[in-house]
Amino acid sequence: MCFEKVIRELSGVILTRGPKLCNFVEWRGYKVVYKRYASLYFCMCIDQEDNELEVLEIIHHYVEILDRYFGSVCELDLIFNFHKAYYILDELLIAGELQEPSKKTVARLIAAQDSLVETAKEEASSISNIIAQATK
Amino acid sequence: MEQLKTIGRELAMGSQGGFGQSKEFLDLVKSIGEARSKAEEDRIVLHEIETLKRRLSEPDIPKRKMKEYLIRLVYVEMLGHDASFAYIHAVKMTHDDNLLLKRTGYLAVTLFLSDDHDLIILIVNTIQKDLRSDNYLVVCAALNAVCKLINDETIPAVLPQVVELLGHSKEAVRKKAIMALHRFYQKCPSAVSHLLSNFRKRLCDNDPGVMGATLCPLFDLITIDVNSYKDLIVSFVSILKQVAERRLPKSYDYHSMPAPFIQIRLLKILALLGRDDKQASEKMYTVVGDIFRKCDSNSNIGNAILYESICCVSSIYPNPKLLEAAAEVISRFLKSDSHNLKYMGIDALGRLIKISPEIAEQHQLAVIDCLEDPDDTLKRKTFELLYKMTKSSNVEVIVDRMIDYMICINDNHYKTYIAGRCVELAEQFAPSNHWFIQTMNKVFEHAGDLVNVKVAHNLMRLIAEGFGEDDDTADTQLRSSAVESYLRIIGEPKLPSVFLQVICWVLGEYGIADGRHSSSYITGKLCDVAEAYSNDETVKAYAVTAIMKIYAFEISAGRKVDMLPECQSLVEELSASHSTDLQQRAYELQAVIGLDARAVESIMPSDASCEDIEVDKDLSFLDNFVAQSIERGAQPYIPENERSGMLNISTFGSQDQHEVSTHGLRFEAYELPKAPVPPRVAPTVSSTELVPVPEPSYSRETHQAAAASSVSDSGSSELKLRLDGVQKKWGRPAYSSSTPSTSNSTPQKTVNGVSQDVGSTVNSKARESYDLKKSQVEINPEKQKLAASLFGGSSKTERKPPSASHKVAKASSHATESSLVPNKAVVTTEVVSAGTNHQPPPDLLDLGEPSATSSAPFIDPFKQLEGLLDPTLVSSTTNNGASGSSNAPDIMSLYADMSTTGQSSSTGNSVSADGINAIFTSGFSTATSTDQGGVAVAQSSQLSKGPNPKDSLEKDALVRQMGVNPTSQNPNLFRDLLG
Repeated sequence: MCFEKVIRELSGVILTRGPKLCNFVEWRGYKVVYKRYASLYFCMCIDQEDNELEVLEIIHHYVEILDRYFGSVCELDLIFNFHKAYYILDELLIAGELQEPSKKTVARLIAAQDSLVETAKEEASSISNIIAQATK
Repeated sequence: MEQLKTIGRELAMGSQGGFGQSKEFLDLVKSIGEARSKAEEDRIVLHEIETLKRRLSEPDIPKRKMKEYLIRLVYVEMLGHDASFAYIHAVKMTHDDNLLLKRTGYLAVTLFLSDDHDLIILIVNTIQKDLRSDNYLVVCAALNAVCKLINDETIPAVLPQVVELLGHSKEAVRKKAIMALHRFYQKCPSAVSHLLSNFRKRLCDNDPGVMGATLCPLFDLITIDVNSYKDLIVSFVSILKQVAERRLPKSYDYHSMPAPFIQIRLLKILALLGRDDKQASEKMYTVVGDIFRKCDSNSNIGNAILYESICCVSSIYPNPKLLEAAAEVISRFLKSDSHNLKYMGIDALGRLIKISPEIAEQHQLAVIDCLEDPDDTLKRKTFELLYKMTKSSNVEVIVDRMIDYMICINDNHYKTYIAGRCVELAEQFAPSNHWFIQTMNKVFEHAGDLVNVKVAHNLMRLIAEGFGEDDDTADTQLRSSAVESYLRIIGEPKLPSVFLQVICWVLGEYGIADGRHSSSYITGKLCDVAEAYSNDETVKAYAVTAIMKIYAFEISAGRKVDMLPECQSLVEELSASHSTDLQQRAYELQAVIGLDARAVESIMPSDASCEDIEVDKDLSFLDNFVAQSIERGAQPYIPENERSGMLNISTFGSQDQHEVSTHGLRFEAYELPKAPVPPRVAPTVSSTELVPVPEPSYSRETHQAAAASSVSDSGSSELKLRLDGVQKKWGRPAYSSSTPSTSNSTPQKTVNGVSQDVGSTVNSKARESYDLKKSQVEINPEKQKLAASLFGGSSKTERKPPSASHKVAKASSHATESSLVPNKAVVTTEVVSAGTNHQPPPDLLDLGEPSATSSAPFIDPFKQLEGLLDPTLVSSTTNNGASGSSNAPDIMSLYADMSTTGQSSSTGNSVSADGINAIFTSGFSTATSTDQGGVAVAQSSQLSKGPNPKDSLEKDALVRQMGVNPTSQNPNLFRDLLG
């Protein structure tokens, strides 16, 4: 099934659920664990034998790491920096398994990668570049 | 002027860190965010695709620009559009030397391509190179890509390098290498089967992260083969013990629980290793008991561990004390207000119920509340529980409930599922034939098209075979009642096809068997069906065959057959049908009618659907004919596999695997898979009509061959009526012995369950009796009744409760003060005893240190870690002076609920944690926290990354500057997710 259809079907299921209900839905033989932060929903599709509460905390763990990285993360951070959110996710989950339970380790790895990013960014955002771009 | 504005904006963003994207991209995101409809969004995206196509075709695109284009392409795909025209650019970018670009390339590639995409082959080489890189970040990026992109064909290309990386000096690399190897194992176990010992080795890694990652593959391996890993039990137990005792670095704490994710994984593994193994389980009791005691039940993560402990306890060899602890946690879950916990409680109850069935009764009201909850998820979980506790005494209530629910939902997936459950329970526990038929009718009527065809065949078989008892009258009654009910239902509009097939078949076989209905009446009904469902060829086929059977039975009974006019026209219509199957049936019908009674009797014997029919699959009766033809010069038949010079499919498969593991990449295309060529067997093999009836002379010769082939050919055997299982399930007076002894005490237990909250304040009798009254008034009498029928069992006759408590069981709003009075004494004593039960002596599970720990050849992975507490952490701790809490520097403890931190072990901790919170909130309100105490300054500097109002304000200002304004549609755009 294509990605978009999954999202559409799932959001139909999840958005209609009231606030006090379970954070879990059964869906096509899988379980989907979701959690709402402000107006964003984080969803994870899991196997039958997975521990729902744990998954809920993995989501929270992720959001906490995002929060730490972006500094009080908000939806806009993720909209404009979705690729960074992916990078962080790559340090947290691999092949559906939690690979690193320590926030500190994740933060350190991301920082190491970003230190390289920063140097690149500095080159890029020199004023001449910007003006060249703007006057194009 | 406009340009200057833009420059200013960009400059402002640059100086603030901004979002680091170009204006074009920001505008795109902004316009998408403001799009008012899906159509508008699509227009914007299509326009963007055009722009990108144009840009990408320009020569000499600067790399930085290319990177942004790729991210925009990812965005486009994320919104559901196709960006395949640019995949090759993503692939190219992975070749870049700059890590930043490389990572973007890998990200885009992993998001764009599935692991069987043609372009993967172009990346394998890059991955190989990157895995050899000196820069560990490059290696990490490549390993991430390996996990997502490598499939079983490309595994051999990277496998040696991944294995080598298991010994890398950076723990991040080791960890990812483990995960990659795990991924390979999931994709193609045979490719890495010789490397599995590596997982064992890595379990002893110095780094807890690597050790934790190793638990994932080990869990999978143990799931498949428990016995080879029994020797690790001691190690797992020892690790779990150390984790629970907080011997891991603080950074692994999560919401003040020590490394909960690792604990959960270990508990899962222990559950597997201890299953049905008393000796192994005994080694685990202490540590699991410790976890029950230590877990903080106020935090979500604590409850996650508790739940996993329950799963473990219910899986390993039972231990009464652990079961008691588990039951206590379950009752806490069920009484919680949180739906999540109720859900987990119901699930846990379902697990524990297998070991101690009586536990459900304590929670009957909670279970019924969950069943009636508007939350579908909870309801379904509860059905799952009821399914597990169904017995012959409560099957009617449970199945009725299930069917009611099934009728009112639209979710076809679940409808199918629950229909299957209903059928299963009905087959297993049906109290009477009549009920069974009624239930099946309801299931078919409402979910017929969703039910597996096998279920229909099962039903037909059950009706045909009867129920294994030698009581023919019962079978006859069953058939008659089935016929009666079908004749009633048949007129209803829009019945599901499968159900109509059953109806037609049963009417054909048994419609006139009891002589209550005339053949013309039944055939008339069958004609109506064929006419009403003229689009459904299967139903028509069933109907016309049923008609043929009726006529055949009439003829063989010596009665004269007058074909109804509508029947005649039906047959005429079908004999001109486009469907050859229908045509054949129509002609067969006409032919049968023309035969005499004896001939009809032998081709269509009455009530013979259960007789075995030998199908001569080798067609040996044609041997003579073949021999003659060959004599006359015909070509002999060459089987298909010999014809193409290929090996058998099965041997081909194994050879294929072998090749994968020895060679690198395969570039030649695979042979197209050969469809197996089973003899085409019509779905209704179960009845006599479709099966080619071999002539008796052949069947004797081929009997053995046919029998042998039926064993090997599972496909065809599934279609046949399978006789095993059903007889055993059906009709037995199922044992209901499990209830009576406990059902006597049900009333007290219920009350006990309700008032358990006050269990510790045993002495306050007055309050208790008040609670008791209150709770009884609250309990809806309907619910009580339901509870009694679900949990009380069939014990109406068996149950001989003392009259007083019996009244409590039926407790309703009618319960008067006076009837309550005598109960009070009983109830309170119950509570007292329960209270003491629930407060186990402190040394409950303290069985001392497992001596095995020291004797086992196990390298303690944490010994080296103990000194490794982060030095900065320690120093900041001392900076904090008086409060001196080890918790303090952990910023994340701020996110923990107040209650959680308040509950943490020592008072010192809780004081300081509250202190932080206080400071933090005051900082929030004033935003000038300079005049706080010394501790405050230290704290606020630590908090620079945490939720910070200043940050938010700045960000808000920034995005407004960029022109992104929160619309009424989404006022939360700026809100802190954790706020």
